[in-house]
Amino acid sequence: MIAPPKPDLVTVNIDGKEIAVPKGTNVIEAARLVGVDVPHYCYHPKLTVVGNCRMCLVEMGTPAFDPATKTPVMDPATGLQKINWIPRPQIGCGTNATPGLHIRTNTPLVKDCREGVMEFLLINHPLDCPICDQAGECKLQEQSTGYGRGYSRYIEQKNVKPKRTQLGPRVTLDDERCILCSRCIRFSKEVAKDDVLGFIDRGSHSTLTCYPGKQLANNYSLNTVDICPVGALTSTDFRFKMRVWFLKQTDGIDPESSAGANTVVWSREGVIYRITPRRNDEVNDTWMADSGRILYKEIAAPDRLTAVKVNGADSGLDIAVNAAVAIFKANAGGIAVVGSGRSTVEEQFLTRQLASALNASTQVVTRVGEGDSLLVTADRNPNLRGALVTGLVSHLPKPGSAQPGNVVLGGLESLGTAIDAGQVRVVVTVGEDLAAAGLNATQLAKVAIVALGTQANATTAAAKVVLPTLTVFEKSGTFVNQQFRIQKFAKAVPGVAGATDDLVVLAKLVAAAGAKAPAPDLGSIWAALAAAVPALATMTYANLPATGLLLDGRPWAAEPFVEGESLHFKPATT
Amino acid sequence: MPAPVQRRLIFEHIDEPGYTNDLACYQQHGGYAVLRQAVTRKPEELIDEVKKSGLRGRGGAGFPCGVKWGLVDRKSGKPIYLIVNADESEPGTFKDRSIIHQDPHQLIEGTMISCFANNVQQAYIYIRGEMPHGARILEKAIAEARAANLVGPNILGTGYSCEIYVHRGAGAYICGEETGLIESLEGKRANPRIKPPYFPAVLGLYQCPTIVNNVETLCHVKHIVAMGGEAYGKIGTPGNTGTRIFCVSGHVQRPGYYEFEAGRITLGQLVNEVCGGPLPGRTLKAVIPGGSSAKILRFGERFKGKRKVGVEMVDYDWGVEDVPMDFDSLAMIGTMGGSGGVIVMDDTVNMVEALANINAFYAHESCGQCTPCREGSLWMKRITTRMVLGQARTEDAALLKGVADQIPGRTICAFGEACSWPTQSFLAKFGDEFKGYAEAKKTAKPAEAAPLI
Ligand SMILES: Cc1cc2nc3c(=O)[nH]c(=O)nc-3n(C[C@H](O)[C@H](O)[C@H](O)COP(=O)(O)O)c2cc1C
Ligand code: SF4
Ligand code: SF4
Ligand code: FES
Repeated sequence: MIAPPKPDLVTVNIDGKEIAVPKGTNVIEAARLVGVDVPHYCYHPKLTVVGNCRMCLVEMGTPAFDPATKTPVMDPATGLQKINWIPRPQIGCGTNATPGLHIRTNTPLVKDCREGVMEFLLINHPLDCPICDQAGECKLQEQSTGYGRGYSRYIEQKNVKPKRTQLGPRVTLDDERCILCSRCIRFSKEVAKDDVLGFIDRGSHSTLTCYPGKQLANNYSLNTVDICPVGALTSTDFRFKMRVWFLKQTDGIDPESSAGANTVVWSREGVIYRITPRRNDEVNDTWMADSGRILYKEIAAPDRLTAVKVNGADSGLDIAVNAAVAIFKANAGGIAVVGSGRSTVEEQFLTRQLASALNASTQVVTRVGEGDSLLVTADRNPNLRGALVTGLVSHLPKPGSAQPGNVVLGGLESLGTAIDAGQVRVVVTVGEDLAAAGLNATQLAKVAIVALGTQANATTAAAKVVLPTLTVFEKSGTFVNQQFRIQKFAKAVPGVAGATDDLVVLAKLVAAAGAKAPAPDLGSIWAALAAAVPALATMTYANLPATGLLLDGRPWAAEPFVEGESLHFKPATT
Repeated sequence: MPAPVQRRLIFEHIDEPGYTNDLACYQQHGGYAVLRQAVTRKPEELIDEVKKSGLRGRGGAGFPCGVKWGLVDRKSGKPIYLIVNADESEPGTFKDRSIIHQDPHQLIEGTMISCFANNVQQAYIYIRGEMPHGARILEKAIAEARAANLVGPNILGTGYSCEIYVHRGAGAYICGEETGLIESLEGKRANPRIKPPYFPAVLGLYQCPTIVNNVETLCHVKHIVAMGGEAYGKIGTPGNTGTRIFCVSGHVQRPGYYEFEAGRITLGQLVNEVCGGPLPGRTLKAVIPGGSSAKILRFGERFKGKRKVGVEMVDYDWGVEDVPMDFDSLAMIGTMGGSGGVIVMDDTVNMVEALANINAFYAHESCGQCTPCREGSLWMKRITTRMVLGQARTEDAALLKGVADQIPGRTICAFGEACSWPTQSFLAKFGDEFKGYAEAKKTAKPAEAAPLI
């Protein structure tokens, strides 16, 4: 584990409570630390501060000093240094902590400011909460309840603006609900680097729109929906599907690349409705790619494997395991295991145990795409580094090179040669499609395949034994991302009928192969992991923090990692 | 007391028969002599002269020019820019345009002196979009000055170089607010910036230290350097030095622009003597003394208090007519000198209708960034428009005040004050007219009353 550096601290006073905060912390964040809510709309911790909503107005003061002598001026009434209060309210978002800064958030002036802003925000708002998808997670609703007057003095006509505009393939805009906070504009410009959104017209007629001829189509467009404080921007896919308060939230990790964006998986009664980013300041800030949000659709995809098969016929798990063991026995000394950078750390650990029980060679499949410099990296395996950490492999194969628009699988060249030479006669694949990873039809035909996996493909079609397993949304586990940060995710929904947890399947195979397997639960596996892998010695699944732990990746610095620079990541220069 | 005579410093040649806006004419009248002499002096000396002069900005806020120049970050290593604010859009103000049209070289000379004093190598004149003619005149004048080696590289052989570009504005009042102007000059929407951190003197144009001064302010600099800061400081009154140009519009016999020593003329002298007083058969009702954003004054109201004269505090008891026209006296009675636009209204004006007109302007011009200004300005407009064109309610007066009170001091830029002060002051001074408007509306308007916008 690597400890983060200690920041410079300054002490501020918020509603009478003193707190030391890192220099540069703004008043909204400092107040949060003492449990004081400073309501806000336009401020977002990961975007530039523009100070336009004016919801965060607070009273502010600084300690008084005698201008001539520069000595503190004392207040005889309190015996403390006198505070010079600024007569006008100031914005909390745009004010950074300085030594001795005093803030008041509970004065009549602050109350009046908030009531005023809330009233103003609502006069031209359609107030269509009953049919608005944001209801339940709308800052306008929450803060008008918390800080509004509760009645309206407005009797004039409201503004009329465009409704149901498709800003792009995934985002729908209702301009009448927009409170013009400009978060979405700043996100597009500053984070997605795709400056397509802006306001046209002036004053209260200001209208959010895409620039002429442009679309909000980048792979991060749905983050605008996440950060829109109101129901102006909604996800075309999710809208009107489910009220958010019915949904269960489960912590997840985006499995689409080695960035390891932290996510929340939203489900109800075993069905996932959406995936949104979960804040991790060291990894993905508050963002994730659109492409990672639809992956749950593979759960119920038509190609989902839901039946155990032996020689193409439906079978049962234990029969299939026995069939696999029979194949292993008949081919002892000629077995290879293809592990996966998409398996969890726990699964990779069991895969390694299986390989050693079978005295088999191990390899992993490389999966290289184009990195987008943000949160989809060139390595499209979420956990290739896990294969190193768990010792599943000691080195990575030479990666294929990225082709525009394509993800290239590879890494099985030596396995192919071994098959050609007749040295390998059985291949156990843990979720990898051997055909896609570079084995040709002749090679596939020469070997007996035992395939674990979630989706049907050429390999499962050719396999002697097919063991359906679970998608990341149906199980718990950990991934090690490109930073060597080990991060955990939890099971969001139960597995589909006919599929079995990978750990259970692997443990059965290990046991059937004659080795001692840990019980297939995370607690037992972590006990074994901690004992076997020094880097993980002090950890358990349960005690891993929600934002992960950084492992020391230096032992593998020379491995051929393919990632370029991305959010919170710089490739090691060797 | 009779009104003093005009002291035409900036407007010396405005409307002078035979005076043309070309370089030859300007130079025949002694033009560019001050620049020639200034570039032989130390820049710090020139800044000192401006500090000593007590010159206060003529763009509206009356901020001391020397202090502004003193705040410029000169250690950043970044270039320093100077921007001439020629966006003149405050309703009731029409002085900068006359300078640009009739005496552009005066502005260029003042600008070049100011640039030299502040080690500026790049100046922009941001001229209001609706003044294309003025922009062409400035372009031509700058070309003439460049040809004469007064602008451009190696000015007058001194090794000092400075360019001036004319940039036409984007057609909005808010482009005149200095940080909005800077955004607009950078090619963006004129959304004013938050201060802190974006003080122009530190993080202005292209995040470099920037000086923004009004057209008239920079013209004054020429005269200050010509006569010396101390001598200039003797014009006008202490704290309000130099001359002020008043643009008088509305219901007086002789509207127009007039230049007087600051603080040496009262509002009454200006309106009644200089401008000839009310139109025949009318009486004066109200006056806005510093552009439409300034708080309105009601003829007949009185202002009492103590004020500083020299070192002593003396009592004052003024009617509107008695108020000296300077920044401090006008601030003392709760309004402001602003841009010098004096808007006079007589008894034919209905205050609800006048405010409806002003509110329409501000609702149209709010940039729309901050919630209170964006929504408040439109709401106030909708109330007053409804009162005038639809149904007026007695409670609208209180509502208008309630709305206006939620705006000033809570916005990014001073537009928040500009758009709410009219409503606040109209309500404070003419509240009864608002409460009784439903009744008043039933009486037919005089035939000559101006149509509503
Ligand atoms: C809404 C608004 C509009 C303004 N419009 C103008 C303008 O048209 N011309 C101008 O010189 N100053 C204008 N100002 C003032 C400028 O922000 C700035 O204070 C001025 O240009 C500084 O010049 P000075 O110090 O020479 O007066 C405006 C200010 C506000 C708040
Ligand atoms: S659409 Fe949403 S995020 Fe964008 S400006 Fe409007 S309220 Fe803000
Ligand atoms: S006060 Fe008005 S004009 Fe100024 S920044 Fe805010 S919305 Fe724009
Ligand atoms: S959060 Fe919007 S102004 Fe501070």
